[in-house]
Amino acid sequence: MSILTKALTTAAMATALIAGSAQAEDMRIALVVKALGIGFFEAANKGAQEAAEELGDVEIIYTGPTDTTAEGQIEVINSLIAQKVDAIAVSANDTDALVPTLKKAMQRGITVISWDSGVAAEGRQMHLSPSSAPLIGNMIIKLAADNLPEGGEVAVLSATTTSTNQNTWIEEMNKVAGNYPDVKVVGTVYGDDLADKSYREAQGLMQTYPDLKAIIAPTSVGIVAAAQAVTDAGKIGEVNVTGLGLPSEMAGHVKSGASKSFAIWNPIDLGYSATMIAYHLAKGDATAEPGATIPMGRMGEATLDDNTEAAMADPFVYDESNVDEFSSIF
Amino acid sequence: MTVLKSREAILALAILVLLAVIASRFPAFVTPGNLAGVLTDTSPLILLALGQMAVILTKCIDLSVAANLALCGMVAALLDGMGVPLPLILLAAIGLGACLGAVNGLLVWKLGIPSIVVTLGTMTIYRGAIFLLTGGAWINAHQMSEGFKAFPRAVIAGLPVMAWLAVLIVAGFALLVLRTPLGRAFYAVGGNPHAAVYTGISVGRTQFAAFVLAGALAGLTGYLWVARYAVAYVDIAGGFELDVVAACVIGGIAIAGGAGSVAGAVMGALFLGIIKNALPVVGISPFWQMAISGSAILIAIAFNARGRRDPGRIILKRAEHRT
Repeated sequence: MSILTKALTTAAMATALIAGSAQAEDMRIALVVKALGIGFFEAANKGAQEAAEELGDVEIIYTGPTDTTAEGQIEVINSLIAQKVDAIAVSANDTDALVPTLKKAMQRGITVISWDSGVAAEGRQMHLSPSSAPLIGNMIIKLAADNLPEGGEVAVLSATTTSTNQNTWIEEMNKVAGNYPDVKVVGTVYGDDLADKSYREAQGLMQTYPDLKAIIAPTSVGIVAAAQAVTDAGKIGEVNVTGLGLPSEMAGHVKSGASKSFAIWNPIDLGYSATMIAYHLAKGDATAEPGATIPMGRMGEATLDDNTEAAMADPFVYDESNVDEFSSIF
Repeated sequence: MTVLKSREAILALAILVLLAVIASRFPAFVTPGNLAGVLTDTSPLILLALGQMAVILTKCIDLSVAANLALCGMVAALLDGMGVPLPLILLAAIGLGACLGAVNGLLVWKLGIPSIVVTLGTMTIYRGAIFLLTGGAWINAHQMSEGFKAFPRAVIAGLPVMAWLAVLIVAGFALLVLRTPLGRAFYAVGGNPHAAVYTGISVGRTQFAAFVLAGALAGLTGYLWVARYAVAYVDIAGGFELDVVAACVIGGIAIAGGAGSVAGAVMGALFLGIIKNALPVVGISPFWQMAISGSAILIAIAFNARGRRDPGRIILKRAEHRT
């Protein structure tokens, strides 16, 4: 009799404790990154913390392996499952390797999304890309147009003739070129993502088109080489170099004036948006299904496509005013 | 007639024809200012081609020059970041390049491993070492000091220092090859290793010296490259070793060793450099550019092969007409 009473009391106590703790606890969202100590992801964590503050009842667990391996991430995720977190937002080191572990997490009722670097569709509820090809294509020509109020000739310096990313972006750019009637795209050259060849091609562009006003380089090697070529040719102020680059690599060229502005995703916004989406999915006030929209706080809404993927926003524009702040991050 | 038969004369003629063709499509290319720019741009290729020439003369090949260049360039940029003065950086880059070349040379000399295998291995090791040094991070324009970037660009008597360095080193190298025992040993070792041994020349030691020389030149070029393009990362000058070998081949350096001239190597490099600089401005589709560069190399090699097709040495004069 006494044993039964004891057992019942214990059970009741335990239930009360669990219920009590669940009530008091914040929602715990784990931000799993490719590896710890990478500036880009530290910045994403900053965004996640910002989202947590805004939401109030959220605790961010920022974690990841010490090196960029899928095995390391699987261990981290297993321990997160054991800790019974409410949501996992992962930037994956491998598209497929994480799927079984993440499936296990979803079976236990944990919300799983991927961001930045995705996992296969069956291993997550949705994926958040930093941007999309049409947005990037539009942004690179817009950057050139914004600094050319009177219009003029611009040329594209790409990576190799076979680079899928660059070719897609340039194709998307050409689709919307009609919206910028004063900007005339006179040609596309290929620097093969080699500093010396890109430099030479940029020099060639300036010689072939003496009235050239801007070089659009949607590649991080190309944009740096083109900026240096413009500097060496003494054409700062005449030819503006823009495109996609990293703040740490472009800071000097923005300060010298060779590049007035360029774009790339903003890791802070990305961490913020991933946290917002994970929160709303875990809370149950949004569902991850094709066509659904999920609120992302100050970043607007994410609209899921048929593969339950969404693009966050336009690439973020960096110029003189903010390049220093970000150049120490990535 | 003998003038036309000399390889260097044919190459010089080819360069003039090339310039004329380019000028017909884009006249501004042959202005003195632009040609000076082409010479400056081709300087790294000329320097590496000279080093490669010494190595090829001794029946070896050095595929690690571009990786050596990249590693020395990265080290130079790192030293600059630490505030080391420029003369010391230059010495360090050349010294490190020579050491890396010495590693190749020792492996070829002491272990007798074929040079193509040795340098294929060290090429990957040197690239990997850059990654270990930096973790894959870039060193960018704003992280380099002004003096570091300005030195190769400083203009003296119409030409930048980078081009002057190339001119000086070409002259020094010509002296070395033609007027010193070591220079003659390069030819002797490549021409006939057994005969070289009988004359008291150590084949291994000569090959070692050639590798050290090529390494030192690659080290110097590493600094020039990084300062000129104002960026250092793991993959700089990727695939450049093939351009260097191509410049030597076009310049008539016999890949089997023992034959070739400094003028040939320099003109081979200039030929490639002119093509590389002209292709972006003459308005040829980028899809054709690689094919055109490749054809130029093939044509040059075809010339080489024709020039070398000797009738064979006649040993028994009297036996010649009997058959």
